[in-house]
Amino acid sequence: MDVTLTVNGAQRTLQLDDPRVSLLDALRQRLDLTGTKKGCDHGQCGACTVIVNGRRINSCLSLAVMHDGDEITTIEGIGQPGDLAPMQQAFIRHDGFQCGYCTPGQIMSATAMLDEVRQGWPSQLSGDLGPAELTDDEIRERMSGNLCRCSCYPNIVDAIRDAAQGGDRANAEDAA
Amino acid sequence: MKAFDYYRAESPADVIGTDARPIAGGTNLLDLMKHQVETPDRLADVNHVGLDGIERDGDGLRVGALVRNSDLAADPSVREGWPLLSRAILAGASGQIRNRATTGGNLMQRTRCYYFYDLDTPCNKRAPGSGCSAIGGVNRIHAILGASGDCIATYPGDMAVAMSALDAVVEVEGPNGRREIAATDFHRLPGDAPQRDNDLQPGEMILSVRLPAPLGGKHIYRKVRDRRSYAFALVSVAAVVVMDAGRMSTVRLAFGGVAHKPWRVPAAEALLQGQAPSPDLFDRAADAVLDGATGQGHNDFKIPLLRRTLNAVLAEATEGSK
Ligand SMILES: Cc1cc2nc3c(=O)[nH]c(=O)nc-3n(C[C@H](O)[C@H](O)[C@H](O)COP(=O)(O)OP(=O)(O)OC[C@H]3O[C@@H](n4cnc5c(N)ncnc54)[C@H](O)[C@@H]3O)c2cc1C
Ligand code: SF4
Ligand code: FES
Ligand code: FES
Repeated sequence: MDVTLTVNGAQRTLQLDDPRVSLLDALRQRLDLTGTKKGCDHGQCGACTVIVNGRRINSCLSLAVMHDGDEITTIEGIGQPGDLAPMQQAFIRHDGFQCGYCTPGQIMSATAMLDEVRQGWPSQLSGDLGPAELTDDEIRERMSGNLCRCSCYPNIVDAIRDAAQGGDRANAEDAA
Repeated sequence: MKAFDYYRAESPADVIGTDARPIAGGTNLLDLMKHQVETPDRLADVNHVGLDGIERDGDGLRVGALVRNSDLAADPSVREGWPLLSRAILAGASGQIRNRATTGGNLMQRTRCYYFYDLDTPCNKRAPGSGCSAIGGVNRIHAILGASGDCIATYPGDMAVAMSALDAVVEVEGPNGRREIAATDFHRLPGDAPQRDNDLQPGEMILSVRLPAPLGGKHIYRKVRDRRSYAFALVSVAAVVVMDAGRMSTVRLAFGGVAHKPWRVPAAEALLQGQAPSPDLFDRAADAVLDGATGQGHNDFKIPLLRRTLNAVLAEATEGSK
């Protein structure tokens, strides 16, 4: 069966002889996009997070065939060395990683999460279910689907807060 | 994973009455297929059948089976009229999972009993007649209410607990037509057939869930678990309380994490309804809820935990109201 995906803006067609291929394995093994990581392969860690049709999902818990016709963005698609996305820059500035294995998933998840906040989505912390202010607690709650075995959480939260504010603090530091 | 055939269904008719297993978000089914706990021969991808809208239905709402959990929780009318449902959904899983998980799939999610996942151990739910490893085994997350000698598993979800408290109705269609099942009766007790989680029959598909008119009042979903986020409930309490002249004029309660289904106790609601709130009354309501509760060893703590959580929720729901 043929599966056509638009990955990072380019159309890619895969010939699958078996539907047992997760979206994650299709990206890593068939399309050589190894930036997306496999941690648990069971939806528990977030390392495999990619953005599908504008939304963050765990690519390990989806079949590639289910995404025929979909638009997929991976870590390779949001920025490249020399031209990094603001969220990638913020992770570097704040040292938001140690081994780096969870990082692509963290960055993809955080990128889409900020969109969700812009759209006014509530979280379990939004008591009145109204639009949320992005406090550190809100960042932690909304990022709870991304685990970091190196426990870089404080720096990850710093990086996301900074990126959400447009990288103001870092720019000020650069200027100083 | 065992081999399977796959097809993309274009409408519910492509699925209803077939032997194909629907796959929606895939967040529970694929997990279980990777463990070979689930081994369907044929998967019907239901992501393109429609049924993905939230519509007004008189004073109520009709939620399509393919509405994503994120969309349901963020829907303005749900936040306004049925905030309990938004809160319960947002208390579950992660942002990524809620973006894929659907109304139908969430209702159908299977237990998180460790032995159910472990092919090397007996489990009546996975392999009927093989025995139950949780009885006398590790059973910290298991049921304190409605369990049987064959299975002590819990239904693990949050969304259905809110739907039960809200008197929602599950609309399903099978080869013989449509029927409705009260959300409270959708899941069943394990009895001597724990392989059956709920009342959906072979060939039937969930089309939608109907929410009756808003109740008003305070809506609280309190979930107690090992982590503050991204963990299943040990005990959860869904409550709607409407106050009128210092009395509780309407009370709806449902409990998660304690039984094979969202647990509803009409006697406890009746005890509270029409009364002025007091700690003593809350305690008597807890007695009614916990009537027949039995610990299995590691989960004994759930009995006092449910009592304390109910007390705290009722205190919060009635505090400051006249
Ligand atoms: C790490 C992790 C943490 C989680 N934490 C929580 C939590 O805290 N609280 C919680 O409530 N849930 C939690 N979940 C479970 C999650 O909510 C479910 O996996 C999800 O709701 C299932 O929906 P789905 O659409 O992905 O279902 P699928 O995986 O696609 O399907 C599940 C089942 O439903 C059947 N099905 C799907 N649609 C229909 C239909 N329309 N008619 C009939 N049958 C249908 C399928 O055949 C299958 O048997 C967690 C899951 C993971 C992986
Ligand atoms: S509690 Fe139920 S699901 Fe768990 S081992 Fe026993 S029979 Fe299986
Ligand atoms: S690899 Fe997908 S969530 Fe862990
Ligand atoms: S940086 Fe090592 S797992 Fe997060």
